Amino acid sequence: MELSRQSTVSAFDEPHKGLRKSFQEWLNREGSAYAFLSVYALLFFVFIVVPVLAAFLLSFTFFDAIQPPHFIGLNNYISLLTRDDTFMKYVLSNTIQFAVIVGPGGYVFAFMLAWVLAQLPKLPRTIFALILYSPSMTAGVAMAAVWKTLFSGDQTGYLNSFLMGLGLLREPIQWLQSPEYLMTIMIVVTLWSSMGIGFLAMLAGILEISPELYEAAAMDGLSSRWQEIFYITIPSMKPQMLFGAVMAIVGTFQAGAIGVTLSGSNPTPQYAGQLIVNHIEDYGFLRYEMGYAAAVSVVLLLMVLFFSRVATRLFASQP
Amino acid sequence: MNARWLSRYTGVKNRGMNPQGFHVSQIKFYVLLVPLAVIMLLPIVYIFSSAFKPPDELFAFPPRFLVVNPTLNNFTDLFSKLSISGIPISRYLFNSVLITFITVIASILVSSTAAYSLSKKRFKLKQTLFAINTVALMFVPIAVTIPRFLVIERLNLLNTLWVHILPVLALPVGLFLLKQFIDGIPDEVLEAAQIDGASDWWIYWRIILPMIRPALATIAILTFQSAWNNAEISTLYINVESMRTLAFYLTTLTTTTTGANAVAGQGIAAAASLIMFLPNLIFFIFLQSQVMSTMSHSGLK
Repeated sequence: MELSRQSTVSAFDEPHKGLRKSFQEWLNREGSAYAFLSVYALLFFVFIVVPVLAAFLLSFTFFDAIQPPHFIGLNNYISLLTRDDTFMKYVLSNTIQFAVIVGPGGYVFAFMLAWVLAQLPKLPRTIFALILYSPSMTAGVAMAAVWKTLFSGDQTGYLNSFLMGLGLLREPIQWLQSPEYLMTIMIVVTLWSSMGIGFLAMLAGILEISPELYEAAAMDGLSSRWQEIFYITIPSMKPQMLFGAVMAIVGTFQAGAIGVTLSGSNPTPQYAGQLIVNHIEDYGFLRYEMGYAAAVSVVLLLMVLFFSRVATRLFASQP
Repeated sequence: MNARWLSRYTGVKNRGMNPQGFHVSQIKFYVLLVPLAVIMLLPIVYIFSSAFKPPDELFAFPPRFLVVNPTLNNFTDLFSKLSISGIPISRYLFNSVLITFITVIASILVSSTAAYSLSKKRFKLKQTLFAINTVALMFVPIAVTIPRFLVIERLNLLNTLWVHILPVLALPVGLFLLKQFIDGIPDEVLEAAQIDGASDWWIYWRIILPMIRPALATIAILTFQSAWNNAEISTLYINVESMRTLAFYLTTLTTTTTGANAVAGQGIAAAASLIMFLPNLIFFIFLQSQVMSTMSHSGLK
């Protein structure tokens, strides 16, 4: 910090005394605030802001990673809407189906579990919270091996063997390769690992609510637990509800690679598990149509932003 | 006597939120939670069990869920074998440990300094910058994989140690949680120190850091998980086999589960899965109470 002060001051030489003086004043007043912020801000700018801006700019170009990108206006977006059959037929509907079930579904599930846990004393609560949270710390990588054996396509697969033992199946099913099951398995696996940081935040939020609020409500004639949830619990923890919602939305879209991990191929069998994230990878890294892939990324970012706006509307503290 | 014992568990005191002890009304919650917890745990029990299975149990028909004759062979195999490209597995493990260690320390320093500034300093852009970070909570890194690659390429970071560390340091959730936590420290404490002539760095190091330990533990866990479990960076930005991580090595095992490698591979993959999972679990068990106290500050207003 000392060093940077020296060098910046010498840049403003004698003739600019006024400028130099006001800069010096600014440095005394706000300099240390920016110094503390600088490293994070720099990394944030380089690895988050620049890539987002670059995606936005590239989305208006044709770029194959060999020749420099050239401007083609809105063509990428037009092709996305009119010419990309895979996108319209599979990717968009898959993504919406996956996002609606895993996003709001997982979120409501996480809230209900957090509420149930809050009804228990500390020790059992901690143990159950740990058990429910633990799947979210298993990486996709570590789990791929497990899911592949559990859902293995031959008769040594656990699910096949279990169902055949019960007499429900005669022939083993290729779970991860068959279009009709892949999406369901993706949803189950993602829900399984969705009790993450948002779940913990909601649990903490419920526990923070003052018991007097419930007592006062009981005196005012609030009788059922459902009324309690909707009139006391949720309104008292809106900030945590919103944090949980944002985490759920981001988690849902971030989890998009699961179909490719499970089936082992991109595109997934008959595009059954193809989500928008896989579509980006398909065009960007397999076909090298980076401009087009960037347009799809922009659409994805806008979707996340849109859903987060909806969540903000629902749970914003100030109306 | 009996009635008194009963009233302890049926009285009003232990009903409702955050009870002190057991109450009959809680039974219905246990009835719901226990089966669910068992289902949630199954795949994790499976990781533990199959890591210790000898080959004949791994490929038994019908498959057995739990191990019968546990063996450590999978682990000795894992550490004695070379990967396809001739790198000993311990090298991947060493890379993972080193990268994770540096990332966690660096991330704590980078986010906590920034959070201190955004929480306690006065400057013009403060609100704007915090708002930008809050929007970035919604950032989905996987969406901008390609432009990120281009940036990293331009900065000549491909195939360096830095590429494992730098991109994961700016973690908007981390900054957000830390900032909310520091907001809870009363300004008077800092003002008193300032009057005594303490410098900003002294205040940061001696007052802020010790007071936000729970939040630091939370950031440590979040960064630990994202660094330790990260296979994408090794896949996308690293071409030199000896600089890749254990998480990456595990992906190579699970994608080659067919063919000649499958039989030897499954035992090794099971052992490696356990080694990947266990540190996450141990870290979280030790730090869970700190995490919970941070989470009560997590609200988004």
